[in-house]
Amino acid sequence: MESSAILAEIPRLRRYARVMLGDRAAADDLVQDTLERAWSRLSQWRAGSDMRAWLFGIMHNLRVDQLRRPTLPTHSIDEDDFEMPTRPTQADKLEVRDIESALSGLPDEQREVLLLIALEEMTYAEIAATLGIPVGTVMSRLSRGRERLRMVMDGWHPTVKLRVVR
Amino acid sequence: MSKPPITEADLQAYVDAALPEARYGEVEDYLAAHPEEAERVHAYQAQKQALRALFNPILDEPLPENLRALASPPPIAGVDRPPRPFLARWSLERIAAGVVIAVFSSVAGWMAHGQYQPAESMARAPLLPRQAAVAHVVFSPDVRRPVEISAEHEDQLVAWLSKRLGTPVHPPKLGALGYELIGGRLLPGNSGPVAQFMYHDATGQRLTLYVSTENTANHDTAFRFAQEGPVNVFYWIDGKFGYALSAGIDKGELARVASAVYDQIEHK
Repeated sequence: MESSAILAEIPRLRRYARVMLGDRAAADDLVQDTLERAWSRLSQWRAGSDMRAWLFGIMHNLRVDQLRRPTLPTHSIDEDDFEMPTRPTQADKLEVRDIESALSGLPDEQREVLLLIALEEMTYAEIAATLGIPVGTVMSRLSRGRERLRMVMDGWHPTVKLRVVR
Repeated sequence: MSKPPITEADLQAYVDAALPEARYGEVEDYLAAHPEEAERVHAYQAQKQALRALFNPILDEPLPENLRALASPPPIAGVDRPPRPFLARWSLERIAAGVVIAVFSSVAGWMAHGQYQPAESMARAPLLPRQAAVAHVVFSPDVRRPVEISAEHEDQLVAWLSKRLGTPVHPPKLGALGYELIGGRLLPGNSGPVAQFMYHDATGQRLTLYVSTENTANHDTAFRFAQEGPVNVFYWIDGKFGYALSAGIDKGELARVASAVYDQIEHK
C-alpha cells in the first residue's frame, strides 16, 4: 500500500534533492518536507497512478516555493567541509568530477529535466506532468541542457556571462 | 511514401530509447550519413551513463531515521514532527517554515517544540552574514585605504575598537594559515558600532572578520555558511557576539580559517 510505495521512493527523492541542492542536510530537509506534504495530501493521489511522478511533483513545487523566498541561502555544514580539497589523481575520477561541476553550471530548469531522464528514467510525458510544463518545453530544455553539458565538458564556453561589477 | 525528416526531438528520443520501433532504422541511417550528429548523440549517451555512475551510489546510502519514519503516516501532522539532526534543525528554511507554522498551527503544538526560539529573533539571524558580506565587498577591494588603523598600530587598533564596542576585542592571529592582519575599522551596525578586521595572504587575497556585539537573542549557533554573490561567509553567534568571516575563497579553505578563528576566540 502507500507506505511501502513511499518508502521505495525515498532514496530516489534524496538522490534528486542532493544533486539539485548540492547539500546533504538541505536535501534531506526538502525530502522531509516533501513526505510531510505528501501525507497531508494523500487523498489527492489517485490509487494506481504513478507515485514517483506525484512525489517528485510535490518536491518540485516545494523547491520552487523555496527559491521564491527572498532569504540568503544558507546551509549547515558537514565535517567534510573542513577537509582540504584534494585533486583526484585518476583520470576517470577527474571525468566524473568534470560532469558534476559541468552539471552544476546548468540552469535549474535544464538540470531537472536531465536528471529526471537520466536518473529517474521518466518518460517525456511523465516529466512534463511532474514539472507542470508542456512536453515541447521538456524537449527543448533537454536538448539545450545536453548540448550545453557537452560544450562545457569539451572545454568550450559558448557564453561568457557578463558580471555586474560591484 | 517519403519518410519524415529526422528532427532534434528524434535524436533526443533516440538517446533515451523513446522512439517508435520503426523509427530507429531511419535515425541510424541518418547518423551514419552525418558523423557530427552521430558524435553528438554518442556524447549525450555518455552523459547519461556518467550521471548514473556518479549519482546512483546515493541510492544505497542508509536512510536517516527521520525520513524512514515518514514512510508511515505521521501521527498528527505538524505536531509530532520527527526530530531532525541538530544542525539541520537550525537551517533557515526551517526558521522560515517555523514562522509560518507558528502562525497557523496551534499554540500548544508549537510550545511543545522547545528547541525553537521566538520567531522575531530567529528572523533576524540572516542579517549578520549579509551585513558582513556587504562590508567585505565595500572595503576589501580598496587598495589605498582598506582599513582605518593598520596592523602597524595594532595596540591602538585594539584599544580603540575595544573602547568603542564597549568590550575587549582582539584580532585573531592567522599567520599560521597564511593570512596576515592588515588592520581594522569601525562600522555602523544596527544599533551601534561593529568592528571589521581585514587580513590578506601572500597573493593579496583578502579576508574580513566582522565582529558584532549586538546579539540580544539568547542562543548560540553552530557554524553556519552563507553565500552572497561571490562572497562566502561563515558565521556564528556566541553570547552577545556575532562573528562572520567573509572572503571570495573556496568554502573548504574558508571553513579552515573559520575554525581557527573560533578556536582562538574560545581559548583566549
